[in-house]
This record gives sequence, structure tokens and C-alpha cells, in this order.
Amino acid sequence: MEVGAVFQAAFALVVGLDPDFLGIVGLSLRVTLTAVAVAALVGLPLGAALALARFPGRSAIIVCLNALMGLPPVVAGLAVFLLLSRSGPLGPLGLLFTPTAMIIAQIILVLPIVIALTRQVIEDLWGEYRDHLRSVGLEGSRAIPTLLWDGRFSLATALLAGFGRASAEVGAVLIVGGNIAGYTRTMTTAITLETSKGDLPLALGLGIVLLSLTLAINAIAFGASRIGARYAG
Amino acid sequence: MLDATSILPLTVDAVAFAGDGRLLLEPNSFVIPAGGLTVLLGPNGAGKSLTLRLCHGLLNPSRGAVRWADAQGGQRAARRQAKRHAMVFQKPIMLRRSVEANIAHALAASGAGSPERKARTAQALARFGLTERAAQPARLLSGGEQQRLAIARAWALRPELLFLDEPTSQLDPAATRQIEELLSALVAEGITVVMSTHDLGQARRLADRVLFLHRGRLVEDAPATSFFAGPQSAEARAFLAGELLW
Repeated sequence: MEVGAVFQAAFALVVGLDPDFLGIVGLSLRVTLTAVAVAALVGLPLGAALALARFPGRSAIIVCLNALMGLPPVVAGLAVFLLLSRSGPLGPLGLLFTPTAMIIAQIILVLPIVIALTRQVIEDLWGEYRDHLRSVGLEGSRAIPTLLWDGRFSLATALLAGFGRASAEVGAVLIVGGNIAGYTRTMTTAITLETSKGDLPLALGLGIVLLSLTLAINAIAFGASRIGARYAG
Repeated sequence: MLDATSILPLTVDAVAFAGDGRLLLEPNSFVIPAGGLTVLLGPNGAGKSLTLRLCHGLLNPSRGAVRWADAQGGQRAARRQAKRHAMVFQKPIMLRRSVEANIAHALAASGAGSPERKARTAQALARFGLTERAAQPARLLSGGEQQRLAIARAWALRPELLFLDEPTSQLDPAATRQIEELLSALVAEGITVVMSTHDLGQARRLADRVLFLHRGRLVEDAPATSFFAGPQSAEARAFLAGELLW
């Protein structure tokens, strides 16, 4: 197929709302959004606590988290694979090659980003707010809700960074999901497979959706910081 | 009110503070009785802010003790005392919220319930002329308005004693005048005020009593009139003459 025809077929898929195509996009979004939601629920308070707490080994933890932000997805996938495989510690749960396994793998990828970025945002904010918050009696864990709320615009960017990483990765979901058609096939695994099979229109169509998603994420992140600047100064 | 017993006088008993192995504040003692406006005066680096922070409990003294009159009882009493003195900082610390929410947040932190919070917030906004600004983001107010909000926020907590650390050092003359008038009104209302400044004119305009600090040492403690008429120490004389720079 020549390039022009490939693009035409790809657009037809995107615009035509092909059910298989939509299934893949839907699953991708479900897996990634769930992973980000769980990572936010766990990572925001944990990152804030890490920002305020002082204990031996804190610097080591921060360095490790920063390093984990660059954890290769295939390594995360391998770790979850070992954990969930038949003979692994969580093998009896039978989660390997399910969407749940993919969610777990993506949580591992997103969580370090959320914790590390939250830690940075909250630590800066605490530096600014410390005197006042301590003056009105908010110290330690009691200060966390205030700091998370007041850091909301910067923290939204942290979550979007996590979303970007999870939606773009292929290694982890491929290993633990298995790329089973109609069950664990996501946009990235489908692109990998279809490209090697030579079904370029589907690969390209999914690529277009992924690219639009990335664009949308960045637009939202930009908007959030602009709104933050206007509202919060 | 929860309790009728006053937290005043505040007794600062040989309080010293060391940081980085250096003695930043020598053991100083003084008493703050109820009423009036006390100015901590001195050049930059004299230990004025440090003294206020130690009194307010943001720092713990390396030696000596800060004692409130209502000192019996354990932690509960200490928390109750802490709620009855408030502090305003040199650079207003504004939360990334509306003017109104800034006041409500401080009230919530002090344990005020929702209906009471609403009423007291509205009261504070009206008292300090901020009602029209209620919904605006606090951080977009002018410097003078921000400091006014900081004082309104502290006032809403109904403190017996208000600490202010150089509250006008970043403001223009008009805003400074406004804040000074506010402080005089608070004193007339019965709130005891302790503030630091390096501005001689301001100290002359406001002070009932002067605590003069120099290089971490309390050099003079005198009624304002006698301090300005005839300072006893060489350091204070030099400072009043504009010769003591640090």
C-alpha cells in the first residue's frame, strides 16, 4: 500500500468508529486511567508525607524514587510477570494476562512519578507556608490536606505526566497482558503487532489517537498551570 | 469564650537561642503584661524576629523558658494557650485561595465549626474592609491589602496577644500608615500587640514600650517616652542618632 492510501484507511478507522478499534482505545484508557487513579490515591498523600517527614534514610528514598521515574517499562513488566506467574507468590490469583495485571504494572510505572513530583511540589509549598501553618497549629500530617489542595494545579501536572508515561509505554502491558485480541490488546501493543504484521492502517490509526491524546494531555497541563497562575498567583 | 483566665502576662525567662553552633540570641528576660503595644526595636540581625518566633512557639529556646500565665495543665492547656496568641509575618503568607477562604481556613485549623466559621469570617472581612474582596484570590491583592488580610486572619482567631514581625517593611508609605492605624485600633480594642521594627519613626508613632535589641542582647527595656527622650545605653543612643547600622 502506498503511504497516501495508508493514511486514508487510518482516518477511515478513526472516523468510522470501528468497534474493534474502539475496543482497543477503550481498554487502553481504562487501564491507564485506573492505574493513574490508584497511583494518585496512594502517591499524593505519600509524596506529601515524604515532603514533610524527616527520618534517617529519607534522602536514599528520594534518590531511589527519582531513579524509578526512569524505570524501563519492560523491567516493571518482568517484575509483575514474576509476581503473577503460575509459580510466583501471587500466582494463585490467576491475574496474569488480564487487564488487572496491566493495571498493576502501570501503577508501578506511575507511582514513582506521582510520589516524586508531589514530594517536590509539597516541599516547596511547605517552605512558603510553614510559618503560617505552624502558627495556626497545622503541623505534620495535619498540614497535608491544606498543602495538597493549594498545590492542586502543580499536582495536576504531575498526574498528567504519569498518565503520559503509562499511556505511551508498551513493554509492561505487553509482557503481563499478552496482547490478547479483544481482551488485553491496548493501543501500544496493537501498534507493535500490526506494524510487524504489515496492517499499517490500524497501526497508524491508533498512532493518530495516541498522538492526539498526548497533545490533549499537554494542552490540559498547560491550561492547568495558566488557570493556576491566574487564580492562585 | 472558652476560658476567662488570661494567658498574660507572658514571661520570657533567660531565653537564649543557638543555631549552627553560634549563639544568635543571648539569654534575655522580659515580661509582657496585658495591654499596650510593645515594639522590639533594633537594627537588622539584632534578634527581633527570633525573639518573636520563640515567644510564639515557632522555635524552641536553646535555654530558658517562655511561660504564659495560664501555665497549669498539660498539653491541652498548651494548645489552648497557643490559640490565644497569633502571628503576622513580614511577607504576608497568602494561601492559594480566596480572601474569604484564607480566613475560614485559619478558623477551621483552630477548630471552629462551620456556622461559627462563616459568621466570624464575615465579621473579620467587614471589620477590615475586605468584604468586597471576599471572593478574589488572596495572592492577587496588593501588598498592603495582603498584609491587611493577614491581620484580619489573625484577628478572626480572637487572640489575646498578637505578634507582628516587621509588618510594614515591604509596604509603601500609604499602606504603612493604614496598617499602623489598624494596629492602634487593635490596641484600643484591648488586644496586646508585640511587634518588631527597625523603623524609628514607626516605633515613635506606635510604641507604648520599647525593647531595644542589639546583636542578640536585650539592651534596653523602657517606656517609649523615656526611651526616646533619654536612652540609657550607648548602643541605643547611636541607633537613635542613625549611626548604629548593625
